[in-house]
Amino acid sequence: MIRAFLALCERDLYVTVRREPVSFLAQSLLQPLFFLFVFGRVLPEIGAAQGDYGSQLLPGILALTLVLTALQNVALPLVIEFSFTKEIEDRLLAPLPVSWVAVEKLLIATVRGVVGGLLILPLGELILPGGIDLGGASIPVLAAMLVAGALVGACLGLVLGTVVPPNRISVAFGLILTPLIFTGATFYPWEALDSLRWFQVVTLLNPMTYVSEGLRGAITDAPHLATGWIVLGIAAGVAVFGGLGVRGFLRRAVD
Amino acid sequence: MSGALVEVADLRKRYPGAPVDAVAGISFEVREGEIFGLLGPNGAGKTTTIGTITTRVRPTSGRVVVDGFDVRRDPVAVKRRIAVVPQRSNLDRSLTAVENLAFHAAYFGAGRRERRRRALEMLARMGLEGRADDKVDQYSGGMAQRLMIARALMHEPRLLILDEPTTGLDPQSRLFLWEAMLDLRARGVTLMLTTHDMAEADRLCDRIAIVDHGRVIALDTPRGLRRLLPAEHGVEVVVSGPEPLAVAGAEKVEGAADDDRWHGRVYGELAPGDVADAVRAAGRELVELRRIEGSLEDVFVHLTGRELR
Repeated sequence: MIRAFLALCERDLYVTVRREPVSFLAQSLLQPLFFLFVFGRVLPEIGAAQGDYGSQLLPGILALTLVLTALQNVALPLVIEFSFTKEIEDRLLAPLPVSWVAVEKLLIATVRGVVGGLLILPLGELILPGGIDLGGASIPVLAAMLVAGALVGACLGLVLGTVVPPNRISVAFGLILTPLIFTGATFYPWEALDSLRWFQVVTLLNPMTYVSEGLRGAITDAPHLATGWIVLGIAAGVAVFGGLGVRGFLRRAVD
Repeated sequence: MSGALVEVADLRKRYPGAPVDAVAGISFEVREGEIFGLLGPNGAGKTTTIGTITTRVRPTSGRVVVDGFDVRRDPVAVKRRIAVVPQRSNLDRSLTAVENLAFHAAYFGAGRRERRRRALEMLARMGLEGRADDKVDQYSGGMAQRLMIARALMHEPRLLILDEPTTGLDPQSRLFLWEAMLDLRARGVTLMLTTHDMAEADRLCDRIAIVDHGRVIALDTPRGLRRLLPAEHGVEVVVSGPEPLAVAGAEKVEGAADDDRWHGRVYGELAPGDVADAVRAAGRELVELRRIEGSLEDVFVHLTGRELR
């Protein structure tokens, strides 16, 4: 069963590297690239934001890349493989428990998310006016946050890919991604929202908030959510969405 | 029971929210080394029955055992022993033909060198040499079907399950598949197929279960099923006027009036000419006359009173 699991991973990594590296990179990096450029470079340049806004923006964009890359790398293929190409069937009939196939999807999407996140760092160095400064960053915390952030995104993607009916997936993507992006403490530190209390509370429902804040804590010395809340928020996100996702997957896989 | 590779006992399946059982108490067994057919119209429960054997459909009640392993308790052991060729292509479109086979073998634990060697060998056996490095979306329907059979055989399953294997294929591909299935049986693989094609079932299957409305209504060899007909020979006739037609020398006459015509089946050692004479003698008009050849189609009509399609 372990060998079957590893073979599934091998297949997915092989396809990522050999068949679709360009589309993978475009899908995961294009959006954060534009956010970084427009918000981090253009706005300060034209005086619509402060010069150091970029350094506050970077952790949020990193979180966005981790979560969305992992999310899309689970949800989109799943919808297609379950409904249109039926490709998933050959993997469901491989000699391993069906739930492991779901876990394999989460694992590979997490890896893809982390790769996307790591690529954002050199891009930030190039794009942001002040470059990026990881001098004061805690590398172990940063590494843990990269993995945790991508895993949260993968779990969200598993829910989206299995619970939403295939004919509604484009609507669901629009309805879910936009609020996810803009309520995830992406473009602002969470604490700065205290003058907009109701919105501050709303953002706590978005698991990405904890990823953004965690990365803010890892990279910058700006104020951020307390570590305990961050750990709790991410753990809860993985448990709830991971659980729902695996259940949804089992329901789709076995009638 | 010795010799049974698959045992299905009182299998029931009702899908959530469905008003009736898709499978309403099916029992049969598939013996080692035979070609077993599930024959019936669309919606009869064939695909659901297959689904329970392949662990993709959870039985509502009843027991399904493959090579001694219960599909509910030990799905992984079952999956190791079976292979499935589905109705519609589910090939991995991100991969080439040979990669499709090689990764499938990898899922079942084959080493890197071994999988490529077997994949190329299997492609050659299915007449696909030279197309190994094509992406599978460039494959025609018949080729895709052959590739899926090749893939299914990569892990040397005890039981190969084919769901409507030749539906929608051109006659040439169909013949190739039939030959391939008979060849597999000769190599000792047990095959199970669903079909609504009587000729296919008749030609290939050692035993056939006729399924209708989620139940097995007959199970026998093709020859045994034909014997269910009142007589192996007879004539199907449509004449003007609603009254039953009397035919001297007939073993059995059955029929029904429909729209001022009588549709009947006259069994016995009769020539169509004899029936035509009887029609003329009764002063009625002959609309249609067909010899019943004792095909499985006729068996199905006899058992259910309905046409198959």
